[in-house]
Amino acid sequence: MEIRDHAKRAEAEQRTIVINQGVLSKNDLLARENRALFKSKRLLTMNIVSSPGSGKTAFIERTLTDIKGRLRGGVVVGDLATDNDAKRIARSGSPAIQITTGDTCHLDAEMVAEATAKLDLNALDLLIIENVGNLVCPSGYDLGEDLRVVMLSTTEGEDKPLKYPTMFKTADVVILNKMDIAEVVGVDRETALSNIHRLTPQAIVFEVSARTGLGMEAWYQFIEQRLAAAR
Amino acid sequence: MHEISVMQSAIELAVENAKAQGAQQIHRVNMRVGALAGVVPDSLEFAFPIVCQGTMAEGATLEIEFIPALCRCSSCNSEFEPKDFFYECPNCKALTVDLLRGKELELAYLEVS
Repeated sequence: MEIRDHAKRAEAEQRTIVINQGVLSKNDLLARENRALFKSKRLLTMNIVSSPGSGKTAFIERTLTDIKGRLRGGVVVGDLATDNDAKRIARSGSPAIQITTGDTCHLDAEMVAEATAKLDLNALDLLIIENVGNLVCPSGYDLGEDLRVVMLSTTEGEDKPLKYPTMFKTADVVILNKMDIAEVVGVDRETALSNIHRLTPQAIVFEVSARTGLGMEAWYQFIEQRLAAAR
Repeated sequence: MHEISVMQSAIELAVENAKAQGAQQIHRVNMRVGALAGVVPDSLEFAFPIVCQGTMAEGATLEIEFIPALCRCSSCNSEFEPKDFFYECPNCKALTVDLLRGKELELAYLEVS
C-alpha cells in the first residue's frame, strides 16, 4: 500500500520541462567562436573530410608544397591514433598539429580550438583541418570552417556520394581525387560528376590527382580567389 | 558511429536542465531527429540506457520524433518533401539545397519529478 502511494505521489509530481535545444549546441557555440577568431586573423579555413584512404593527406601535402611562396598554410590533422600524418605534412615545411582522438570518430570544435591555440595564426593565410577519415560522423560537427571540402577518390566508385548523402549534402567543395588512374579503375566519370551535382548542386567540383598534380592549379587559384574575396 | 557521444551530449544537456529546475529524477526524454541529422534513431535508442547509467536519467524512457525532410524549391518556391536524397522539385524539376526541415537533432522536452 505504502509503495503504491509512493508511486502515485511520484506520478503526480511529474512535470514537463521544455528545452527545445540542439544536442550539439555547445559544439555549435564553440564553432562560432572559432569562426570569429579565424576571421579576425584573416584566415581561410577548410575542413577536409573523406573516407580513409581517399588521399586527404597527400592532397594537403601537395597543396602546401605547391603554394609555398604564394600562401602560408598550417594544418590541424585528426586521427584515431599515431601522429604519422602530422609528420608527413610537416615535411612540406608547414606547421602541423596532430590531434589523436582515441575512439572518437570525428573532430569537434573544442579539439580544433585547443589544437589551433598551438599554431601561430598570425603567420598563416590558410588553415586546413584534416578530419578523421569517416564520411558519416563528422557531418554534424561544425568546426568553424569557411569551407567544407568533401573528397572522394576514383577508386571508391561513382556511387559513393549516393551512399553517404548526408555528408555530401553539406559540401561547399567536392574534390574528385586520383583522376590519373580513373581509366584503370574503370570509374564512370560522367556518372560520378552527375551524382555529385544532383546531390549537392551548390558545390564546386575539382577533378585532381594529388600524386601527379593534375588539376591542382585550378584548386590553388580557387583558394586565392576565396582569400581575396574574404579580405 | 558517434551516436553514443551524441546521446551523451543529450543526457548532459538534460541533466543540466533538470537540475536547474530542481528535479531529482528524469523519467522521460523526448528528442527530435531529422532525416538529415546524420544519426540513426535505432542507434540512439541503443546508446540511451548505456549513457543514462549512474545519472538521474537512469531508468528513463526515450521517445524520438522523426522529422522528414522538407525543401523549398529555389526556382519556383514550392515546398515539397523530397522522395530521395536528390532534392528535385516535383513541380519544376529544379535541384535545390534549401532545406526547411530535416536537420534537427534536438532535445525537445523532459518529464521529471
